[in-house]
Amino acid sequence: MDDVNLEKPADLEAEEGTVVTAAEEKAPGETILEVENLQMYFPVKSSGIIRRTVGHVQAVDGVSFQLGAGESLGLVGESGCGKSTTGRLITRLYKPTGGSINFDGKDIAKYTPREIKPIRREIQMIFQDPYTSLNPRHTVGSIVGAPLAIHKLVPRNKILGRVQELLEIVGLNPEHYNRYPHEFSGGQRQRIGIARALTLHPKVLVADEPVSALDVSIQAQVVNLLKDLQKEFGIAFLFIAHDLAIVRHFCPEVAVMYLGKIVEVADRETLYNRPHHPYTQALLSAVPDVKQAAIGGRRDRMRLEGDVPSPINPPSGCRFRTRCPLAQEICAKQEPPLLQIGKRHKVACHFAGELGRHPMQPVTAGVLGVDSQGNPDPSVTPIDAPADQPGFADTWFDLPNQAMSKG
Amino acid sequence: MLAYLVRRLFAGVILLLVMTLVVFMLFFASPVDPVQFSCGRNCSPELKKQTEKALGYDKPAVVQWKDFVQGIAVGRDYPDDPELRAAAPELVTECNAPCFGYSTFNTKTVNEEIAETFPISLSLAIVALIIWLTGGVLLGVTAALTKGSILDRGLVGASLILYAFPTFFIGLFALKFIAIKWGLWDKPVYTPIAEGGIGEWLYHLLMPGAVLAAVFMAAYVRMTRAFVLESMTEDYIRTAKAKGVRPRIVLFKHTMRAALTPLVTMTGLDFAGLMGGAIITETVFNFNGLGKLAVDANKVYDLPTIIGLVVLLAAFVIIANIIVDVLYAVIDPRVRLG
Amino acid sequence: MTEFSLTKSGSGEDAFLSVRDLKVHFPTQDGIVKATDGLSFSLERGKTLGIVGESGSGKSVSSSAILGLHSGSNAKISGEIILDGEDLLSLSEEEMRQRRGKDVAMIFQDPLSAMHPYYTVGNQIAEAYRVHNDVTKAAAKARAVEMLARVGIPQPDRRVDDYPHQFSGGMRQRAMIAMGLINDPGLLIADEPTTALDVTVQAQILDLLQDLQREFNSAVIIITHDLGVVAEMADDVLVMYAGRAVEYGPCKEILTHPEMPYTWGLLSSVPEVTGDTDAPLIPIPGNPPSLLNPPSGCAFHPRCPHRDKVADDLCKTELPELLPGGRGPGHTKRCHLANPDEIYQTEVLAEIAPDLVKES
Repeated sequence: MDDVNLEKPADLEAEEGTVVTAAEEKAPGETILEVENLQMYFPVKSSGIIRRTVGHVQAVDGVSFQLGAGESLGLVGESGCGKSTTGRLITRLYKPTGGSINFDGKDIAKYTPREIKPIRREIQMIFQDPYTSLNPRHTVGSIVGAPLAIHKLVPRNKILGRVQELLEIVGLNPEHYNRYPHEFSGGQRQRIGIARALTLHPKVLVADEPVSALDVSIQAQVVNLLKDLQKEFGIAFLFIAHDLAIVRHFCPEVAVMYLGKIVEVADRETLYNRPHHPYTQALLSAVPDVKQAAIGGRRDRMRLEGDVPSPINPPSGCRFRTRCPLAQEICAKQEPPLLQIGKRHKVACHFAGELGRHPMQPVTAGVLGVDSQGNPDPSVTPIDAPADQPGFADTWFDLPNQAMSKG
Repeated sequence: MLAYLVRRLFAGVILLLVMTLVVFMLFFASPVDPVQFSCGRNCSPELKKQTEKALGYDKPAVVQWKDFVQGIAVGRDYPDDPELRAAAPELVTECNAPCFGYSTFNTKTVNEEIAETFPISLSLAIVALIIWLTGGVLLGVTAALTKGSILDRGLVGASLILYAFPTFFIGLFALKFIAIKWGLWDKPVYTPIAEGGIGEWLYHLLMPGAVLAAVFMAAYVRMTRAFVLESMTEDYIRTAKAKGVRPRIVLFKHTMRAALTPLVTMTGLDFAGLMGGAIITETVFNFNGLGKLAVDANKVYDLPTIIGLVVLLAAFVIIANIIVDVLYAVIDPRVRLG
Repeated sequence: MTEFSLTKSGSGEDAFLSVRDLKVHFPTQDGIVKATDGLSFSLERGKTLGIVGESGSGKSVSSSAILGLHSGSNAKISGEIILDGEDLLSLSEEEMRQRRGKDVAMIFQDPLSAMHPYYTVGNQIAEAYRVHNDVTKAAAKARAVEMLARVGIPQPDRRVDDYPHQFSGGMRQRAMIAMGLINDPGLLIADEPTTALDVTVQAQILDLLQDLQREFNSAVIIITHDLGVVAEMADDVLVMYAGRAVEYGPCKEILTHPEMPYTWGLLSSVPEVTGDTDAPLIPIPGNPPSLLNPPSGCAFHPRCPHRDKVADDLCKTELPELLPGGRGPGHTKRCHLANPDEIYQTEVLAEIAPDLVKES
């Protein structure tokens, strides 16, 4: 990648000034995307004579997070946890059934298809499968150039030049604009997908499992490319993957999802070294570790029994409780709030704590105003701890003291 | 399952209603006056008026449509006008439900016309189905199993040639050469089972049936071959081999089950389409089936017959669709009706 | 033919499974595709061999050859595959069929596509039993229920009549394992058994495989691209590249003191959950080679960052033998580098895991 000129092409800059309704540039770190209580329920129809809606697949249920300009947030979880749906909501491939998506000061959650069109330039997506996400009948040039033509950003005769620039940026030979996707390897196709996403110079890139279909030795090439692009263009990434190690490598901040909800979110050092949610702990402990070779055999791990429950009828209270080794009565009765428990650390668990040091009494009782069995307790005055907020506050709920603290 | 059937049938009925309405309106918008057509050249104004009344053409189009739908549901009597019926009770024709109308040209109910022609089309379609299905599947499987061999290439090539020949050519060839010139086969004349028994019936249907089946067989050879080859590369075939299952059982139990399922859908729909679609074969062999009836009705602008046939044939396709879907759910456990 | 005698088990002759100079070539219009080209290894009962490589490295083709699954294709297979004293390649097709699923069984990557969608899970498991045992349908089904219970399917007597699509991914793979082990095979080949699964389910399946291996004392070949899986499951590791073994030895040896730059590349291009987040990923440049026209000499040389350290362009001109390096006869590698361990410690490890260098 060293020999590639990563600089933003000057003519594009000029073009942008005139054509793009340029949103003001955000300083790095300033929130560019704020998602609050995002919800996506897919209806389930009955099989009767008249097809009534008998239930909903609660694919995403009350997800809130913030993404800073030029930063990366990782979204991990197992299949069916709603991470991909979240990505598709943010790119507005789906219309959310609830909640807000605040992009650049506008709530795009309820935008009509017509209103959303200009936003699509700014929020782009990279897909998992580089084999099916590229139209096999179009040349690479027309795939990468299509966004320019659709949004009429560049005069027709300038498109080719811009396409070649983009191909060079993603490490492909610019002379190959005339070839078809099948003439490229998997890794190169993913680069084409990335070039296409970059065409409109987006502010946010949603990368949905961008490397999981690629060979191991190629994965690192693509991850490094994405990192370089982020540094160069200041793109904010929502990086969705099931591979915990890749996410950790790419994202300074990581959110863990389970059955449509975020159960824990923290900076990567905290999340990977001192996770407080039993699901995060189980996930991390399940990852096979190369270093184990030095010791031999398999390491002791926290085992989860059974499968993820159906998102149509998720368990009451805490959704993880049916597989959780810590579950108690309160977990069925009360849904644990996503509480901020550290400077950059939030967790949604009644018994949040480090592995092996989970508290005996629910830490959330005081916040919810309930007793340790989860029944409402009028004698408890609820502690005013903000929960389920998109961002991080300056004060948080300190677990050892059971009170608000400033750290 | 039952709810599914009810829902599908309900949707089918709605579709048919809309279709009849559209066909009705199209005909009324057309420049030809059906009564004039059926009344003949020397039509006096009085006679024309009477014919109009007898067939109900004096009423507004929407009312006629309503009468037609009602006739299908509960039957109706002709002449349409009560005064005419009362004047000549001995000339009243009862048309029982489902009544498709009264042919202006043949002066009988469309039901009678259909009753005469339907068995011929059904017989022809059944014989053709048996020929194309057995031939197509057997040859298709053979081609797949010998993929790349001379036999395979020969079969694929032959089916392409067969596919390219128009039915009227194959039909004329069979009739003029095989039957008439060389006398290898008697000239087919439709013989109902009631008259000549099943042997006679089949003998006369074999030639037109084969002609009708030719195009389908060519298509089915190629489709079967493709489906079998495709399912031979499936992972579960490899699993079956890895279990040590005998090659013969791998082929017949594992491969065929998967390969032939999609054929069920196509067969059902092709069969329904043939009920009124064997026009060329019926014409060449002079079999008075539904297809020929439709062509003849079109020539003389026999509006009631045309509408009746459109509704009947559409109903066949709709019903075949439902049967195929149900059958598919029975064959493929992944498909759930609902 | 000197290669096999140098492998770890040494006495390749007596090993439970001994593969010698296995070649699987596919003639095509454009030339011969050498999917596997001279592969040798051996494996004892109760032990696990991990075969690592990227797509097209020949790992799946080789294991399919052990099972005799290439019959009927135009593959040209040579060499020896000796299982329990019998050369599988010298058997007739019918003799081989009688051993498939009985002495050697295989489980596949994607259990959804590997199971027939139109037959119940129980039917498919029972079929594997009835092929090799003359029992009634009812007895075979009872055995299938027993196996489903053994692999941890809840309510096996009910689930036995379910179709594959009614199972979750993890349960399907359990059912595949039940199908593979129903005849108590001496050798089980698991081809990417957990690639399609989530991590927590992967952990369950790997646990299960290990338990069952202990119980049945079978030899297991696990094919994967995940070095973490290999590290936790395998006793021996065979790294494949372009149809050939490029490094072979005990798991601990290979993963802690790798001597072949391709293995280094695999290790350094994959991030770890516990590694240093500032450590860069060092990708292997370029793409896996075409097997139709593999590069001359060492097939890895076009992608190898260390080829300049070998004099006379040897990497380009001469294929290195699979020979022991500096760490004893049990650890073989196919590389011209004279001092690989030193390069690994000073150059590779220093970049990807500086903390480890100090420790060792």
